Amino acid sequence: MTDSRPVLTMTGISKSFPGVRALHDVDFRLFPGEVHALMGENGAGKSTLIKVLTGVYGIDEGVIILGDEQVAFSGPMQAAGAGVSTVYQEVNLCPNLSVAENIFIGREPRRFGAVHWAEVRRRARALLTRLDLDIDVTAPVASYSLAVQQMVAIARAIDVRAQVLILDEPTSSLDAGEVEQLFRIMRQLRDEGIAILFVTHFLDQVYRIADRITVLRNGTLVGEYPTAELPQLALVEKMIGKDLDVLERIEEQPRPELATLEEGTPFVEVSQLSRRGAVAPFSLTIHAGEVVGLAGLLGSGRTEVARLFFGADRADHGDVAVSGEPASLRNPVQAINQGIGFCSENRRAEGIIPDLTVRENMILAMQAARGWLRRIPRRRQDELVDKYIKALSIRPANPDMPVRNLSGGNQQKVLLARWLITEPRLLILDEPTRGIDIGAKAEIQKLVVQLSDGGMAVLFISAELEEVLRLSHKIAVMRDREMVAHLVNDDTVDADRVMQTIATGTQREEANQ
Amino acid sequence: MSVSSLTTRPSWAKLPRRQMPVLATLALLLVMYGIGVSQYQAFSNVQVIFNIFIDNGFLLVIAVGMTFVILTGGIDLSVGSVAAMTAMVSAWLLQSGLPALLVLVIALLIGPLLGFLMGCAIHFFDIQPFIVTLAGMFFARGMCTFISNASIPITDGFWTTMSQYRIGDPRGNFVSVSVIVAFVVVLVAAYVLAYTRLGRNVYAIGGNPQSALLMGLPLGRTRIAVYTISGLCAAIGGILLSFYTLSGAPLIAVGMELDVIAAVVIGGTVLTGGSGYVFGTVLGVLVLGVIQTLITFDGSLNSWWTKIVIGGLLFAFILLQRLIGIRYK
Repeated sequence: MTDSRPVLTMTGISKSFPGVRALHDVDFRLFPGEVHALMGENGAGKSTLIKVLTGVYGIDEGVIILGDEQVAFSGPMQAAGAGVSTVYQEVNLCPNLSVAENIFIGREPRRFGAVHWAEVRRRARALLTRLDLDIDVTAPVASYSLAVQQMVAIARAIDVRAQVLILDEPTSSLDAGEVEQLFRIMRQLRDEGIAILFVTHFLDQVYRIADRITVLRNGTLVGEYPTAELPQLALVEKMIGKDLDVLERIEEQPRPELATLEEGTPFVEVSQLSRRGAVAPFSLTIHAGEVVGLAGLLGSGRTEVARLFFGADRADHGDVAVSGEPASLRNPVQAINQGIGFCSENRRAEGIIPDLTVRENMILAMQAARGWLRRIPRRRQDELVDKYIKALSIRPANPDMPVRNLSGGNQQKVLLARWLITEPRLLILDEPTRGIDIGAKAEIQKLVVQLSDGGMAVLFISAELEEVLRLSHKIAVMRDREMVAHLVNDDTVDADRVMQTIATGTQREEANQ
Repeated sequence: MSVSSLTTRPSWAKLPRRQMPVLATLALLLVMYGIGVSQYQAFSNVQVIFNIFIDNGFLLVIAVGMTFVILTGGIDLSVGSVAAMTAMVSAWLLQSGLPALLVLVIALLIGPLLGFLMGCAIHFFDIQPFIVTLAGMFFARGMCTFISNASIPITDGFWTTMSQYRIGDPRGNFVSVSVIVAFVVVLVAAYVLAYTRLGRNVYAIGGNPQSALLMGLPLGRTRIAVYTISGLCAAIGGILLSFYTLSGAPLIAVGMELDVIAAVVIGGTVLTGGSGYVFGTVLGVLVLGVIQTLITFDGSLNSWWTKIVIGGLLFAFILLQRLIGIRYK
C-alpha cells in the first residue's frame, strides 16, 4: 500500500445472465503489495467479478484497467499472460502429471523444440523452495495432500510473473496449520509487491491477513474499507445488509438437557463399528432430539464415520441397533428405510445433480424411498418444494431453475431440503456450512436447532469448532481415524479443551471412566 | 507447522504405480515367451520374433495412433475400417493406372482427413467420441464396398517390391519394410508424447480436461490432433496392410479396432486417459502376437483360442488397473 497507484482498476462493471443481474455498476481497485479481501454472501457476485476480470465471462458494461492499459481478456490464459493469475477453490491441476509438469505445462522451457525436462525440474524446485516447500517434484501431484496441491497451484500462478494473484477460497479445504503456511506465503508474495485478491468465507482469516476489504451485496458494491477501520460485526452487517445476531440468539436459546434426552432407548446405537483402512472401532449412541457433534481435523475419519452410519461404506465389524432392535446398515437404501438421511460434504460430486431443477433435486430422496413406480403427485411435489424453499429461504425461489445456477449456500439448502422432505429420524450433516456465507451458515445452524427441538437426531460434522460447540449436546472427537473421546457439551467444555483433545487424544481415559 | 508433516505420504504411493501395468505386461510377455521356448524347440529361433513383427506391423502402427486417443480419454472405433479403406483406395487407384507415389500420397491423406473431421465433430459439437467414430467406422467400411464389392489385386511394381523386400542379417533372419516403418512410427510417437507440448497436453487432458482448460492448454486443438494422428496411423497401417496382402479387400480388417484397443489396454494405457506409454503398446501388440504364434505352433488348437485368451487377458488387465488404483477421476 506504499504505492498510491492501483495496479488494477475496475470501474462500473455490470454483468447479466439470463434472468439474473449478477453485477451492477461495481467498482474495484487493487494496489500492489496488498492483500485485498473480497467479501460477500453467496450470490453476491464475488465469483462473477473474478470471472469477468479473468475473461471467463465478457462484461456488459464497464472498464478494466491493468497497469496503464485498458484490458479485456479472452480467457484465463491470456489474463495469466498479462500477469493476472487465479488459483481456484477446487485445485485445478492434472492429478496424473508430476508436480514440476503441473507448474510448467503450457509454457515448458524447451531446447531444440523438445521439452527440457531437467530445466523444468530445476525451475520447479527453485520455485517451490521460494514457497518453502520441499517435495519431490517428479512425483504425481495426486500423491500429495490438498494443501500441497494448493501450493503447487500457487507456484504455477506466480511463475507467470504475476502482478495480481487471485485466490478464490483457497483455505476452504485446509486445516489450521496448512492455512498458516498459506498465509506465510501470501505475506511473502505481498511483500514482493504482488497484489493479492483473496476470497474467503472465514471472517477471522480476513482479519488476520487482509489489508483492505471490498464488500459486495446482491451484485452491487457496498464499499471499500481498510481492515483496521471495519470491525468484524460491521463487516457482517454490511455483507448481509441487516443487523444479524442470529448466531448469538442460538446460544441464548434454552436447550433441552442432555440427561433428559438420553432417557429411553437411543435411536441408533453402534458398538465397536469399524472398517479397515477407514476408521478404528468406535461406539456411539444417538438419541432422538440429540445433536451429536463430530469434531476433528480434516482426514481424521469424520466422514468415514458418517458413511458407516449411512451404509455408504460397509463396516467390517461391529453391531448396530436402531430403536433397540439389532439392525443392518449395509447400504444406503437400508439406512433410508431406517429413517437416516445423509448430506454429503462433497455436495458437488455426491449430492447435487446440477442439471436437474430445484424441485427434482429436492424430491429425489423421497421418491427413492417410495420406490420409483409410485410417482409423487405433482400437487404434493409443489406443496413440499414450496414449503422448503420458504422454510430455508432458498434464493432464487424458483423451483424450476436448474440447481447449477444457484450459489453454493443455496445448493446446500436444496440438498438439506431433499433429506428434510423424507422426514428422517436421524440426519447426518457432513460439513453443511463449508464454503457458504455467514448468513446461510446462520440459517442452517438455526435449522439444526429447530430440527433437534422437533425430535430429530442430528449427527453434525464440522471443521469449525465454534459451530460444533454451539449446536451439539455431546461431542465425539476424532483423531487419526480413531474416536478418542466423548465429551458432554456442558460449561466445562470449550474450544480449547476440544482442541487439546484433537491435538493429544488425552481425554480418552477420562471419557471412558 | 513444519513442512515435512505436509508432505508425508503413504509408502505405497512411492511405488511406481504408473509403470506397474507396463511391468506386468512385460512380465506376462516374458512368461509366455518362456512357455513357448520350453515347449517348442523352434520357438527360440529369432525369426519367430521377427515374424511376429512382420505379421503385426500394421497392427502396431494403428495401435500407436489409438494410444494417443485413449490417453486423452477418448476412443477411435474407425481405425480398422479406415485401414481397409486406405488399402482399398490404393488398390483401386493403382488399378486405374496412377503412379505409385501419387497413390501413396492420396491414400495417406484420406485417413488423417477423416480423423480431423471426426475430431472436429467431437470437439465443436461435444459429441461422444464413441458415437462419432462409430459413424466414421460405418462410413469408411461403406466406402470400401462402394469402391468394389470384390477384392482388387495389386500388381504395381513399387508395392510388390515393398511387399517382398527383405532386410536381413547374414544368418538368414529378416524383417519386412513394414517392420521398419512400424519402428519409425513408434519412435516418433514416443518422442512426441514425452518431449513435445502436444504430447504433454495429451496427458494433461486425459488427467483432467477441466483443469487442462483452466491451465490454458489448447483443449480443442489437442483433441482434434489426436484423432488426426489416429487417422494418419490407420492410413499408414492400411498401406502396410496392402503391402502385406497385395490387395485391397472390402471386408479386410473387420473388427481390427477391437484388437487394437485390446493391445493398447493390455499394454497398460488406462481407458479413462492420462496414463500409459507407447512402449506399453508395443508390448501389448507383442503379447497378442505371441499368443497367435503359440496357438499356431500347437497346431491342434482352433485359432479362436486367440480370442478367448485375449478376452481373459483384457479382463485381467483392466482388473489390475482398478486394483492398483490408477484412476484419478
